[in-house]
Amino acid sequence: MKLYCLSGHPTLPCNVLKFKSTTIMLDCGLDTTSVLNFLPLPLVHSPRLSKLPGWVSKDGTINLEKRELLDLSNIDVILISNYHCMMALPYITEHTGFTGTVYATEPTLQIGRLLMEEVVNFMERVPKAQSATCWKNKEIQRMLPGPLKDAVDVWTWKRCYSMQEVNSALSKVQLVGYSQKVELFGAVQISPLSSGYSLGSSNWIIQSHHEKVSYVSGSSLLTTHPQPMDQSSLKNSDVLILTGLTQMPTANPDGMLGEFCSNLAMTIRAGGNVLVPCYSSGVIYDLLECLYQFIESANLGTTPFYFISPVANSSLEFSQIFNNKCNAGCCLIVPVLLMFQLIQTNKLKHYPSIHGDFSSEFRQPCVVFTGHPSLRFGDVVHFMELWGKSGLNTIIFTEPDFSYLDALAPYQPLAMKCVYCPIDTRLNFHQVSKLLKEVQPLHVVCPEQYTQPPLTQSHRSDLMLELQPPPMPYRRCSVLNLPFRRRYERVYIMPELANSLVPSEIKPGISVATVSAVVHSKDNKHTLQSVPKPPPVAPSKKRKRVMDEPPVVLAPKPLLSGAVPLEAFLATLQKHGITEVKVEETADGHILHLQAEDTLIQLEEDGTHIVCDNNEPLRTTLRDLVLRFLQKL
Amino acid sequence: MPEINVTPLGAGQDVGRSCILVSIGGKNIMLDCGMHMGYNDDRRFPDFSYITQNGRLTDFLDCVIISHFHLDHCGALPYMSEMVGYDGPIYMTHPTKAICPILLEDFRKITVDKKGETNFFTSQMIKDCMKKVVPLNLHQTVQVDDELEIKAYYAGHVLGAAMVHIKVGSESVVYTGDYNMTPDRHLGAAWIDKCRPDILISESTYATTIRDSKRCRERDFLKKVHESIERGGKVLIPVFALGRAQELCILLETFWERMNLKAPIYFSTGLTEKANHYYKLFITWTNQKIRKTFVQRNMFEFKHIKAFDRSYADNPGPMVVFATPGMLHAGQSLQIFKKWAGNEKNMVIMPGYCVQGTIGHKILNGQRKLEMEGRATLDVKLQVEYMSFSAHADAKGIMQLIRMAEPRNMLLVHGEAAKMEFLKGKIEQEFSIDCYMPANGETATVTTNPSVPVDISLNLLKREMALGGPLPDPKRPRTMHGTLIMKENSLKLVSSEQALKELGLNEHQLRFTCRVQLQDPHSDPDTLHRIYTHLKSVLKGYTIQHLPDGTVMVESIVIKVSSSAEDSNAKVLLLSWSYQDEDLGSFLSTLLKKGLPSGLC
Repeated sequence: MKLYCLSGHPTLPCNVLKFKSTTIMLDCGLDTTSVLNFLPLPLVHSPRLSKLPGWVSKDGTINLEKRELLDLSNIDVILISNYHCMMALPYITEHTGFTGTVYATEPTLQIGRLLMEEVVNFMERVPKAQSATCWKNKEIQRMLPGPLKDAVDVWTWKRCYSMQEVNSALSKVQLVGYSQKVELFGAVQISPLSSGYSLGSSNWIIQSHHEKVSYVSGSSLLTTHPQPMDQSSLKNSDVLILTGLTQMPTANPDGMLGEFCSNLAMTIRAGGNVLVPCYSSGVIYDLLECLYQFIESANLGTTPFYFISPVANSSLEFSQIFNNKCNAGCCLIVPVLLMFQLIQTNKLKHYPSIHGDFSSEFRQPCVVFTGHPSLRFGDVVHFMELWGKSGLNTIIFTEPDFSYLDALAPYQPLAMKCVYCPIDTRLNFHQVSKLLKEVQPLHVVCPEQYTQPPLTQSHRSDLMLELQPPPMPYRRCSVLNLPFRRRYERVYIMPELANSLVPSEIKPGISVATVSAVVHSKDNKHTLQSVPKPPPVAPSKKRKRVMDEPPVVLAPKPLLSGAVPLEAFLATLQKHGITEVKVEETADGHILHLQAEDTLIQLEEDGTHIVCDNNEPLRTTLRDLVLRFLQKL
Repeated sequence: MPEINVTPLGAGQDVGRSCILVSIGGKNIMLDCGMHMGYNDDRRFPDFSYITQNGRLTDFLDCVIISHFHLDHCGALPYMSEMVGYDGPIYMTHPTKAICPILLEDFRKITVDKKGETNFFTSQMIKDCMKKVVPLNLHQTVQVDDELEIKAYYAGHVLGAAMVHIKVGSESVVYTGDYNMTPDRHLGAAWIDKCRPDILISESTYATTIRDSKRCRERDFLKKVHESIERGGKVLIPVFALGRAQELCILLETFWERMNLKAPIYFSTGLTEKANHYYKLFITWTNQKIRKTFVQRNMFEFKHIKAFDRSYADNPGPMVVFATPGMLHAGQSLQIFKKWAGNEKNMVIMPGYCVQGTIGHKILNGQRKLEMEGRATLDVKLQVEYMSFSAHADAKGIMQLIRMAEPRNMLLVHGEAAKMEFLKGKIEQEFSIDCYMPANGETATVTTNPSVPVDISLNLLKREMALGGPLPDPKRPRTMHGTLIMKENSLKLVSSEQALKELGLNEHQLRFTCRVQLQDPHSDPDTLHRIYTHLKSVLKGYTIQHLPDGTVMVESIVIKVSSSAEDSNAKVLLLSWSYQDEDLGSFLSTLLKKGLPSGLC
């Protein structure tokens, strides 16, 4: 059992597990931090940016170094844990010869589709006349200026996929529900569990009858919009693969929300606008939920809130439908999430883009939620250009995926206030050690980043995983041999055979039976059936004597165990008419001399030796007598 | 031999008050707990005294599973759990859990408040009962306890209808509830994987019907409604609040739109709005088309269909009214029916099945004079039309499901005896499996023959796999030998050597030595070589070795030669073998006693 680690990014994992002849890819996150190396894609022609020389790119990286590590076309299934971790899917399903199935929950699929559509839409509405690729060449890259020169693995950077590729990739997704058990080739069973992080987010259990691997990725114990995390099903794992812990271990999400609200209120009161760069699904639900309660008390009732994204409408609709809490909450048939009251009362309005209705209804001061959080593409670029020069306005970063300083770099100098309130509800180190104590996996595998304190805070030993036994760290491109040996496999004894078994009790409570059976293996399932009786030998005239034929061994003789007690054996011999027995004591036991028959029987603790000449009937009698005292295995 | 017992308390050779008891692998499960619309006395509920004469059912049932929210499948639930007494888990899907209490409450109001019955469950009881409900998701495998496992499949009959797969060890039962194998305007078709249950318990409402295509029926329906409206008549369509109603609403809405009709369509009860909300909330349970388009356009927002008020019934001019309940046994649909029954211009369209005893059933059977309460009679002059829109599988659909699930036995419920008999014959003929159709209170017993799960040592299994070469060969089955260790509840199959080690036992060697006298005028080594050649020719397929230390080994049997001191031609062969080679050793000693053939070199 091996684990191939294809991504070094702890929150955007991509691992491949080889387990019992299946090859399972666990998540395929797309690390888009490389877009920070590019200039923003403006929606409206910007004289400042267009004067700058440079490249405007399409999109991020995935680590395709894996080509040497393993052949992606051999992957049988891909398991998706949440919609953030599936963004690289089209690269894998469309360009590697992948023929397997992708498993994800329905909300993950639908919202993942929205996020992909959004990115594609952002890219495609600002078509580039030309795009350069030569710079990816190592020789040329070396001569380039600035940070670009130092960027690693530029050649793995890929163009953004197209809508067609997205559709084709997502058509390979098979929907599963929480706790649904799916058989893979009869060899292993996979099952998604609620992980509590986002709508439809799941941890996965990969198990056979005797081994269990848990894959924990992006889990949360905070009770926000999704269904609570299912912890108890993770118990008794042999191996637990742990990824997707919080990226902000020092930032408390509740505190950050509070800061977010107070900064927002301050700016609005001062007559400024607030810009919140965010993904169109996920944390935004929590922000809106929190804002609904906040705006009443903060007297912001009249401030308009705008949510601008090509998929804003669908995102809000889906979040209502997939809200499991309201499905579970039975009789209440009112909009369960408070944020929908924001929509109903017209305080929150959503638009597909800044063009169209928005431009006519737009009123300042206001709060705008829009993407993309990298500030490199999407409607947010326009608002940066629009509001960046005024000190009244504030930009509040809530997504932890990108460094906000890097994100802002191309817009400097900037008069706008910047507030960084990263909200990451994923497990922190404290929660994770508590969880691990509870579920008690035999081994833990995690990215190496989790085994040491963060570089910037090397004294914080509480910001790392300390476990006994220590976790097995992985880094990008490492191959781990997971430390367990498979020792048993499940087989099924057919009823006919089961009935023919003769168990004998060896020790109190323990019985044994010898089994001779035919193994039938089909679809990785093994059944044991009775050995078919050989067809009766057709009487043939050629054969002179039957005895000339060597015996066909159907079942080998069982192993023997135990010892033959002398007194009892003598008594039995007597019963069978063998009376003249001379017993001679030796170092290890006794030698019995049957004088009338001229036969020797050597009885020892761990062996019996019968020396008998020319008297087959006697020998078999003696054999059977000895066997009476022994256990057969 | 383990067996599975199935006893219908209701719906055995009957439609109504579905309630089926299954005992499988020591677990007792109640499937559905419905009431009979045709009765107003004790017979309306299943006879729970069959389970126990005195007291609560909690000790006798491991769980209760409700397939969908129709009252003939869940109507007796509060009675069973609160009045008879049951505290265990009740499983149903999310939509069922949301809708079921509303229908129960409606029904309670009609029975208690309008008819004035006293010995009936209260609102509080409905609430208490719903607290015991555990919601199910589609395809989610729920572990009721360590052994009992249930899984819900999409049944398509109404919103949230489910089929359940019940599994204990390697025995399993599938209960379909009511299901529909053809997708309609708002729901998808039932689906189940090839789970090969021991018994498939299927409804058989339309056991003998093979329905024409849905399109034809829809056209007929629209034509009838249209004709009636044209001649100024009023059309009453008795429906249940959720399910068929929505489908017909979508149908009429689009028709009105297309034909630009002006006659009003009303929907009785305030349930429309709620119902639409449910559909929106549980959009994942509807069909593909609605799911895909709901973001742009909600199919359940109707332009032409308005809420009904009691006073509208006396309005002049044509109109179409959807009114609940669907079998004309009580409530608003019955009131409107009474008002309109006298006019032959009017029409009532029954879009679903009617249970025996209801007015719906009577008028469908052509009865033209109805006895009402208080000895009044009602002349039925209006047109009575029947359109099978209820989403039950027809004979073809039932056969299709059997093909899907591949059960070992079939059991029919929820249908009329004569029709079942016919279908039973068909099933037995086509699939050659046993088909049962127990009446209420009658038990059908199916003997199962489960295989025994055992943990085999991987070493042993791999050794066997290696013997057979890389691919299994069906013509040459590989025989495997091992020892089965039974300890407490675990069954382990290991090789004999490993078994000895694991049990801490010493091996006991049993050896045999046999001297064989032989006349052979050759030197000792030559004799040995002659024996070697002889055995080689006789024993094909055995390993025979001539070792340099002056022995011949056949497998692990050792043969030595010595000549007696007096006569160098009288050889003495010494054969020694262990018990494991008993057959071969015995054979060899007999063979060599006969001497060597002369023709050997």
